[in-house]
Amino acid sequence: MAGQSPRRQWWAGRQMGIAAIPPMPQRRVGGMNVRGDAIFRSVLAVFAAIILVIIGLMLVMVVTQSSEAWRKFGLGFITGTEWAPPFSKFGALPYIYGTVITSVIALMLAAPIGVGCAVFIIEFAPAWLRSPVSFMVELLAAVPSVVFGLWGIFVFAPWMRNGPDKFLVSHFSFIPLFKGPTFGLGVLSAGIILAIIIVPYITSVTREVMLLTPTNQREGMLALGATRWEVIRYVILPFARSGIVGGSILALGRALGETMAVTMIIGNRAQIKPSLFAQGATMSSVIANEFAEAATTLYTSSLIAIALLLLVVALIMNVLGRLLVWSVARSR
Amino acid sequence: MVEPTAALEPVHLRPKVAERPAQGEAAASQANVAMSVEGLSAFYGKFKAIEDVSLSFDRQNVTAIIGPSGCGKSTLLRCLNRLHEIIPNARAVGKVMMDGQNIYAPGMNAVLLRRKVGMVFQKPNPFPSMSIYDNAASGLKLAGRVPKDHLDEVVERSLRQAALWNEVKDKLKQSAFNLSGGQQQRLCIARAIAVQPEIVLMDEPASALDPISTLKIEDLMVELRKDYTIIIVTHNLQQAARVSDRTAFLLGGEDRIGHLIEYAPTKEMFTNPKDDRTEQYITGRFG
Repeated sequence: MAGQSPRRQWWAGRQMGIAAIPPMPQRRVGGMNVRGDAIFRSVLAVFAAIILVIIGLMLVMVVTQSSEAWRKFGLGFITGTEWAPPFSKFGALPYIYGTVITSVIALMLAAPIGVGCAVFIIEFAPAWLRSPVSFMVELLAAVPSVVFGLWGIFVFAPWMRNGPDKFLVSHFSFIPLFKGPTFGLGVLSAGIILAIIIVPYITSVTREVMLLTPTNQREGMLALGATRWEVIRYVILPFARSGIVGGSILALGRALGETMAVTMIIGNRAQIKPSLFAQGATMSSVIANEFAEAATTLYTSSLIAIALLLLVVALIMNVLGRLLVWSVARSR
Repeated sequence: MVEPTAALEPVHLRPKVAERPAQGEAAASQANVAMSVEGLSAFYGKFKAIEDVSLSFDRQNVTAIIGPSGCGKSTLLRCLNRLHEIIPNARAVGKVMMDGQNIYAPGMNAVLLRRKVGMVFQKPNPFPSMSIYDNAASGLKLAGRVPKDHLDEVVERSLRQAALWNEVKDKLKQSAFNLSGGQQQRLCIARAIAVQPEIVLMDEPASALDPISTLKIEDLMVELRKDYTIIIVTHNLQQAARVSDRTAFLLGGEDRIGHLIEYAPTKEMFTNPKDDRTEQYITGRFG
């Protein structure tokens, strides 16, 4: 019986009818596990709590520190269109407008490109091209936004001014959106740079979901005599709907908060103009630009109030996005 | 093949013509052939799944393809509507003649072919984003713009033909996913026949279904046989015996390459197989 485990020996002894058997030996490891689990669980709970505490503290800070601005301007802070620090006048609407319009432009450009890129990778790219293209897309997401900003200000903006902007102004200036003058730096350029920044998010999420398209769905459609396009249209896109929406929401969140590249390209002027060529400013760009020169407490408080607004807008977008994904997934 | 000796089998089971159509067979019997396969081999990359398969499928007949798992029977079926080639690195060599044309000839359009050769899969695969009605109409919509009243007519006709109409006529707008597995499979059959193909391929269409649904599908096959040429892959020998007019037996050798061992009228094959391996298989000694 040598070499057998204590449990085995106990069992063997029991079978043989040995009297006065001591209770079955406890598994040492098991005992440890129970205590180890408890420790592990509390450590993880602390980690999780840290995140909640950080978010909570940040909210408290943003709310309390911005209270001066809210007391002074009330809701007028949101609807006010004038941002004039020397006169202690602070209205955030131009920044809210700038954030929303640049993000919308970015999403409108990036969604079709991102989805198209995913479809290409999944459906059309030859096998040897698939992973390089996916890798490049991921790489695009890894480029620091300041690099995009630098490229935007020295290469992209001049090109826009002399190329597409000029063309649009000379042919479509009867539409208010395309009224000159153009500087290269402006809402449209910022939106396009933002689009480049967020394309990878849409592509990778969409691609991941499209990869999961059941083979029997694709084959079922092909067997009916569908072309490649029809397989995409009737099987892959409907299947990937929730992924497309989810990726777009993720991308929109990124676009709303993106600071550096936008600050460098948008022109930084607190104004609301119908033209897409006009210079503008976003909530994040005004914070980045002016935090160092905020001399009065009201000025600081107003900047922090903008941070709060940005948080709220991002939160609303996120909730809407989740609802959208949820309803899309349910309707399937 | 050697003619079976008359003493061994009942007269009514005797084939009227030689079973394996020899090359250059009379034109009269060609007219009755919906599709003929000549020297077909199929590959997955370097692996050869079936080799040098030749057989022909008669019009308005049910032909069963049987054989143990991995013998290439599904591969053979998928070669008939060129669905085999959508798998990366998969290819087929040989001829498959339909309406006097080789479907593997250069310039032949696989999309148009698949509109003439419908397919039903092992697992019911209705389109989840479409209603029952849209599922049944999906093939027609692909083929082009169809007037609504014509579409209604075709949907009703194909659902009736698939013996599903009475069960779904009040919920045509509901998602096809609310149907039971057997109903979903009949919907897939309705979807395949809505475009009035010449041939319907069925890849183990009942293997994922319960016995009652299986019987319904089998009845359906016998019914559909009046209008369509049906080729069914099955690993259920009783099913092959019940529904098919002719049976082809495929077997993978030592090298796992599938060969056509025997092709004969079903009754003959099940009562008097010519090849020892066929006999061993249908008597359950392997596979």
